Amino acid sequence: MMTKSKRQRQLFYLIPYSIWLILFVVAPLILLLFQSLTTPNGHFTLKNYATYFGSGTYLRMTFNSVWYSFLITAITLVISYPMAYLLNQLKQKQFWLLLIILPTWINLLLKTYAFIGLLSKSGTVNNFIGLFGIVPQQLLFSDWSFLLVAAYIEIPFMILPIFNSLAEINPRLEQASRDLGANKWQTLKRIILPLSMPGVKAGIQAVFIPSLSLFMITRLIGGNRVITLGTAIEEHFLVTQNWQLGSTIGVILIVAMVITMILTRDRIRRTGRKRGTLHE
Amino acid sequence: MSKNVKWGNIYLWFMFVILYLPIFFLVIYSFNSGDVMQGWEGFSLKHYVELFADTRILEIVVNTFLVALLSSLLASMIGTAGALYIYNLNHELVKNVFLSLNNILLVSPDVIIGASFLILFTVMGFSLGFTSVLLSHIAFSIPIVVLMVLPRLQEMNRSLVAAAKDLGANNWQMLTRVILPVISPGILAGFFMAFTYSLDDFAVTFFVTGNGFSTLSVEIYSRARQGVSLEINALSAMMFLVSLILVLVYYAISSRSGRNKKQGTRLVLPASEGL
Repeated sequence: MMTKSKRQRQLFYLIPYSIWLILFVVAPLILLLFQSLTTPNGHFTLKNYATYFGSGTYLRMTFNSVWYSFLITAITLVISYPMAYLLNQLKQKQFWLLLIILPTWINLLLKTYAFIGLLSKSGTVNNFIGLFGIVPQQLLFSDWSFLLVAAYIEIPFMILPIFNSLAEINPRLEQASRDLGANKWQTLKRIILPLSMPGVKAGIQAVFIPSLSLFMITRLIGGNRVITLGTAIEEHFLVTQNWQLGSTIGVILIVAMVITMILTRDRIRRTGRKRGTLHE
Repeated sequence: MSKNVKWGNIYLWFMFVILYLPIFFLVIYSFNSGDVMQGWEGFSLKHYVELFADTRILEIVVNTFLVALLSSLLASMIGTAGALYIYNLNHELVKNVFLSLNNILLVSPDVIIGASFLILFTVMGFSLGFTSVLLSHIAFSIPIVVLMVLPRLQEMNRSLVAAAKDLGANNWQMLTRVILPVISPGILAGFFMAFTYSLDDFAVTFFVTGNGFSTLSVEIYSRARQGVSLEINALSAMMFLVSLILVLVYYAISSRSGRNKKQGTRLVLPASEGL
């Protein structure tokens, strides 16, 4: 069916694109899987998985990572849902939403670095609570500081999808619910909340998966007290140089990611974490 | 009712303050004449003087922008080719397979991308440095370009291409005179997103950077591990300015090209996954 000129054209487009697909999408994933299934000498083995599943340390680390991701997701959700709801009722809501998004454009390292200054032993927060006669606390390098900073960074990614799904709800549904005698609370619970669920799911997906793979914050803010899957991978690849086990944890992380995506799947919409969409 | 709104406003204001507090904190302390991020000792520009005298940092800034510029240019070209290829596919299933493959790097955690690219470069016997960082940045920017260009192609009037063909245009003329001008807003937006991705990336670069070469994010990371230095604050104030300019440019582009709002969507978040 294809004419010769169309074939030529398609080939011209396909060559650079397929080189990228093969070299940087397919090959790295296969290599990662391959590494996890071999010994340092290149022989096939399941030993890495046996080490992973046989060791209490690794399993505890994985459980901890999931638990902290869950906490980060829960905290951001509790903070973000009311914010998205309130923002949606403002007059200039696109402008306010832009203000929420703006901090995400600022280099992540810098935001984290700011918290080192804020939370350090003689830092601003300690000076502030000192005014109330509280002795300086060790705020940095604790589980709490890790949760705080992680939640701070993730909040915009949770607000955006929820805001979008709230903005899509037909306002007449709310009016109808009022007319039929529902009070504000009932309207929220029976109409708004169920209809905004796709946004909530997209938000959970956008926060939970990256939280599993955080590694920079765990080092700079958490002081290595919290070890996430991401930290473990980084440690194995760049510090202990045990790539086989690092790849094994990588495969586990990919599996965790796929499970999360299936659980929070939405039939209508696909929302990538890296991109947000504004509905006009 | 009005009471509810009032509590709501307080909550919103409080959260906005929290959201911006760390950023302004950094910027304000860059003007501190003291050397630490606590205890204001008076206004001074000395950290900016230090910053501009620090040749290592300046070199890294140049490197970072060079990588961002080159990677986004090349990613725009390859990504546009990919979008054109996917657009021209007739088979729905094949199209979806290509789209899913395209999106793999968008959803993968940065640690996985970084680790697997490190394996790739090592297996290929590629030494780590400028080229490996550049190649990685091109690689993770391509899918976003494809996603920005595809909607433009879908909006394009097909009879334009047919008319060009009837009038005797060859493939190259059709591409450069008809298709590219129509989809150029998409390519520009893709280029721009790729640029910010590259500037912001930490995790992937951290894995493939090797010893000699460094970008800003990696440099800030290694300095922050050693403790606070207000030179970084000065740097962050400058970068805040750059981000602000980028946001404004981006919104200028997207509102100019956003006249045709059938899609009803605009892109707003840059890559911030690299944690």
